[in-house]
Amino acid sequence: MSSVKAPVEKFRLGMLLGDTRYRSTTVQVIAFIIFVAVVFWLVDNTIKNLALLGKDVDFSYLWMRAGYDINQRLIPYTNDSTHGRAALVGILNTLLVAFIGCIVATVLGVFVGILRLSKNWIVAKLMSVYIEGFRNIPVLLWIVMIFALLTEFTPAPKAFRGADPEASMIFFQSTAITNRGTYFPSPIWGEGSTYLVIIFALSLVAIFFFRRYAKNLQENTGRDLPKFWISLAIFFLPTLLFYFLLGSPITLEYPYLKGFNFKDGLYVRNSFIALTLALSLYTSAFIGEIVRSGILAISKGQTEAASSLGLRPGRIMNLIILPQALRVIVPPMISNYLNLTKNSSLAIAVGYMDVRGTLGGITLNQTGRELESMLLLMGFYLCVSLIVSAIINYFNRSFQIKGM
Amino acid sequence: MKKSLFLSVAAIVGLSAGVAAAGTLDDTIARGHVKCGVSTGSPGFSGVDDSGKNVGFDVDYCRALAAAIFNDPMAVKFTPLSSSVRFTALASGEVDILARNTTWTYSRDTDLKQTFLGVTYYDGQGFMAKTSLGVGSTLELDGATICIQVGTTTELNLADYFKANGMTYEPLPTSDNAESKQQYLAGACDAYTTDASALHGTRINMENPDDHIVLPEIISKEPLGPLVRHGDDQWADVGRWVLNALVIAEEKGITSANIDSFADTKDAEIHRLLGTGDDDMMAMMGMPKDGMYNAIKHVGNYGEIFERNLGATSGINIERGVNNSWTNGGILYSPPFR
Repeated sequence: MSSVKAPVEKFRLGMLLGDTRYRSTTVQVIAFIIFVAVVFWLVDNTIKNLALLGKDVDFSYLWMRAGYDINQRLIPYTNDSTHGRAALVGILNTLLVAFIGCIVATVLGVFVGILRLSKNWIVAKLMSVYIEGFRNIPVLLWIVMIFALLTEFTPAPKAFRGADPEASMIFFQSTAITNRGTYFPSPIWGEGSTYLVIIFALSLVAIFFFRRYAKNLQENTGRDLPKFWISLAIFFLPTLLFYFLLGSPITLEYPYLKGFNFKDGLYVRNSFIALTLALSLYTSAFIGEIVRSGILAISKGQTEAASSLGLRPGRIMNLIILPQALRVIVPPMISNYLNLTKNSSLAIAVGYMDVRGTLGGITLNQTGRELESMLLLMGFYLCVSLIVSAIINYFNRSFQIKGM
Repeated sequence: MKKSLFLSVAAIVGLSAGVAAAGTLDDTIARGHVKCGVSTGSPGFSGVDDSGKNVGFDVDYCRALAAAIFNDPMAVKFTPLSSSVRFTALASGEVDILARNTTWTYSRDTDLKQTFLGVTYYDGQGFMAKTSLGVGSTLELDGATICIQVGTTTELNLADYFKANGMTYEPLPTSDNAESKQQYLAGACDAYTTDASALHGTRINMENPDDHIVLPEIISKEPLGPLVRHGDDQWADVGRWVLNALVIAEEKGITSANIDSFADTKDAEIHRLLGTGDDDMMAMMGMPKDGMYNAIKHVGNYGEIFERNLGATSGINIERGVNNSWTNGGILYSPPFR
């Protein structure tokens, strides 16, 4: 007996295109070959043209002496340091602006987004004006304008001098706002301050456990503790108590005028304030709209159901609406955080020394290594963007409905 | 700014079919105009007058070059370049010659692959401060905030100078002369540093020039001059010898006004220079025989250019100082034209 065999079709070359089983693979292989060819041609052309100009690709300049000074340094740096270290100083400055900018933009954005939905007509319209104003004007103009305002309308340090100065420090003579930046008092960590930090950390842990206890208590018995006030007390009281018991180990160092500028204290430059503020305001307008869309995406029935259970409006927002809205809000937030980080490269407009200003600005000019510096810059922004995406995606997963 | 820089870089390295390493003079003649890079605005050196015409010391050098090649000082296309993109623009062929108060340094000559053609102006870095600050010397600036243009040699000189004198300072980086001036006037910095010639030019354009002083110290050597890309010696020769011709003309007393009176001079070098003798010297670099004659006739000699743009008639009032012919106590000295 011979078993019935399926007719074996012989493979023909035409089937690569004609047969749906092979077609998609064929197309992909062809696309891949073209892609590789284009990349190869670009790289080859670049190398040939560079050779024609007598230039080579060489990163050794990163280990050479930079020779220039940077005003805002988060790590020790002098003009004897290397170009690589100058780039690192710039990277940290970029990350500082991005980090603070993202936090401020988020807080402002959530606030603005919720208020735009307010039943109060004036508040809602004011928020509309805010959002439309900030997001429809290029961020570069905001940066330059805020910087110009800070520079032109605040007093120069020398206005603080003399028996009858034109300007004076605010907050009990502790803070000086000048046209170069704002000087805050800075803490001096004296003997015993380590204990204080430990106690403060312990009270944070205590708050965490207290809130878990309170949540369990409410779920089991229905008793609702005043969580906010008790947390606040745990936050402040032990630290304050030990602050005095240990004999005030942390003191404040006040800025004072010496020579041309203020000395000591914490110096926040106007370039930093202008850049961070402008980026935050600009991005918060977008975040506000995202928050509003997230809240509107939750059906009105949820609010009605919650209020029929007797919840007050504030609790409805915190317990019912926002947790669900977060699922809609978080994914588009990523691109706004990334935009803020990338827009920080406009820093050069106000002379803020971010990585674009050090590696992509002064170092590039002094060494003439355009290609190398630009490749490093692009690599840096790519890495930061991917890391930020990864972190937010991780958080995003915890907000999604489980088991789906 | 990031985008334009990136595009410039991409233009050099990626898609441009490669800048011809030789034959810039032929390309220029075929095109009909000189592509000259100048600064975005530095009083006396490069600017635009009321009628929209480019004027200035650096501008006039390019006009002399165009007059030598085309017998037409207007056959120049000026490209204003910031200090950060100037070398990229030259390397990519966007401009063929850079006359943009650029300091001749070792690393720019060797590592950046540029060829400097000579020195048009011997400058040095200085400081300007408000008279009301009560500072009489740079050495009193310890702890001051100082406005400085990014991407220039002045940045490195500043760091070196303060370090050598055991002083500290806070740099306030700005992108160009206009922004520095604005920050300085707003009091965001105590002093502004750049090449002394530019300080004088900026000061004279202030509302009350007397409220500002240029401090006496000069902290560096800044020989400014035109430059071209490495690799085209013929083009470099043309640029170098047009500059030399302007210097020789002043040395010999040839001006745009009296140039025709030298037609039957007994000085053989003048005949060689102006092409009025039998020898066609200019053919050696592929230029018209009367090229230098045209340059001087249209633009004037070095002294005239200086006087017109930087001297007393310009209002900027910079002394000739070392920027004078060696016969007049300066250090301008051209090799012989033979």
